[in-house]
Amino acid sequence: MIALLTRDLRLAVRAGGGFGLGLAFFLIVTVLVPFGVGPQTGLLTRIAPGILWIGALLACLLSLDRIFALDWEDGSLDLLATAPLPMEGIVSVKALAHWITTGLPLVLAAPALGVLLNLAGPGYLWLFVSLALGTPALSVIGTFGAALTVGLKRGGLLMSLLVLPLYVPTLIFGAEVARRGAEGLAVQTPLLMLAGISFGVAALLPFASAAVLRINLR
Amino acid sequence: MELTASDLTVARGGVPVLDGVSFALAPGRALVLRGPNGAGKTTLLRTVAGLQPAMAGEVSGAGERIAYAGHADGLKSMLSVAENLQFWARVFGTEGIGSALSAFNLDALEDRLAGTLSAGQKRRLGLARLMVTGRPVWVLDEPTVSLDTASVALFAEAVRAHLGQGGSALMATHIDLGIPEADDFDVTPYRATPRAALRDEAFL
Repeated sequence: MIALLTRDLRLAVRAGGGFGLGLAFFLIVTVLVPFGVGPQTGLLTRIAPGILWIGALLACLLSLDRIFALDWEDGSLDLLATAPLPMEGIVSVKALAHWITTGLPLVLAAPALGVLLNLAGPGYLWLFVSLALGTPALSVIGTFGAALTVGLKRGGLLMSLLVLPLYVPTLIFGAEVARRGAEGLAVQTPLLMLAGISFGVAALLPFASAAVLRINLR
Repeated sequence: MELTASDLTVARGGVPVLDGVSFALAPGRALVLRGPNGAGKTTLLRTVAGLQPAMAGEVSGAGERIAYAGHADGLKSMLSVAENLQFWARVFGTEGIGSALSAFNLDALEDRLAGTLSAGQKRRLGLARLMVTGRPVWVLDEPTVSLDTASVALFAEAVRAHLGQGGSALMATHIDLGIPEADDFDVTPYRATPRAALRDEAFL
């Protein structure tokens, strides 16, 4: 399992691995929004938590199709399936590797990008907390989508259509934590819901991902 | 423990391709599957390897004892030859890649990125992977594609050494491997009579 994780991380940082693409995309989206809505700092402050969450979500979506597609193309997925690792373990490790290479950099960069959108003072902490708690759910749900579409040529768009609706609860509660935090309101309820979604999908979805992967490998 | 297939029916895309296949593969033996293109050799091998379920019949003595090598070598082009092998050694919980490297004459290429290898060198690396798995039953799908004569001899030697250690090998190939002790198994008589694809009821 650790061997698979280190291999995936090593591949991600080597040439063509795509490390940093999601982060760069997040940066560009966040920079474009003030150009689009104009220099109204009050309006930007209000929409900042939501924009940052949508930016992070789209950046996460961008790299999902790499999770299994590359391993499927070069045949390593067949070989992994016959290896002594349980398929559930493989998909969990893949989701973890995706979070470390995509989700974690977004979490760390988001407060800095909050400055560009004039995020309100107390919002920085809660934006960071909500993303740290919510992005693992994005990676795990995304891994399920990637497992569903593995083997389809140019399945990226179909995967986006499948995955985006599944992201809705995470987005609602994640952005709500950040918004309430920025406005100085109590964040406990959405925070608990967000944590529940993350832990719930991390516990249950790997079984579904492993099942669809086994069917797709036939 | 021998690998046995009894009355196996294998299907590709829901259509049965081979029907009633039975064979036994004892430790120390090699079995070479023969048959024209499209006869179902790959499907049979994938079923034996557990990558797809059998339509009927059963395979015993497989599962965790199998090292499978298909048409694709499963190499990561941005990892070096040694890194590729070390990864599989760690996945299968074995130690040492030195003997696998030298068995397939890859010592000099150890630090090269797998993406820069020639087709034959890649195939040799893919076959060297079998040796680091430490598994007793090799299931190989056209193992000699893109290998030159010298490399085919290396491969034959590796298979013989594996058989000598009590391992066994099930291979599909069209060429003469130079392993006279291997038994031939022609799949042609088992070809399934064409019938309509069974509907996948899970999606009805």
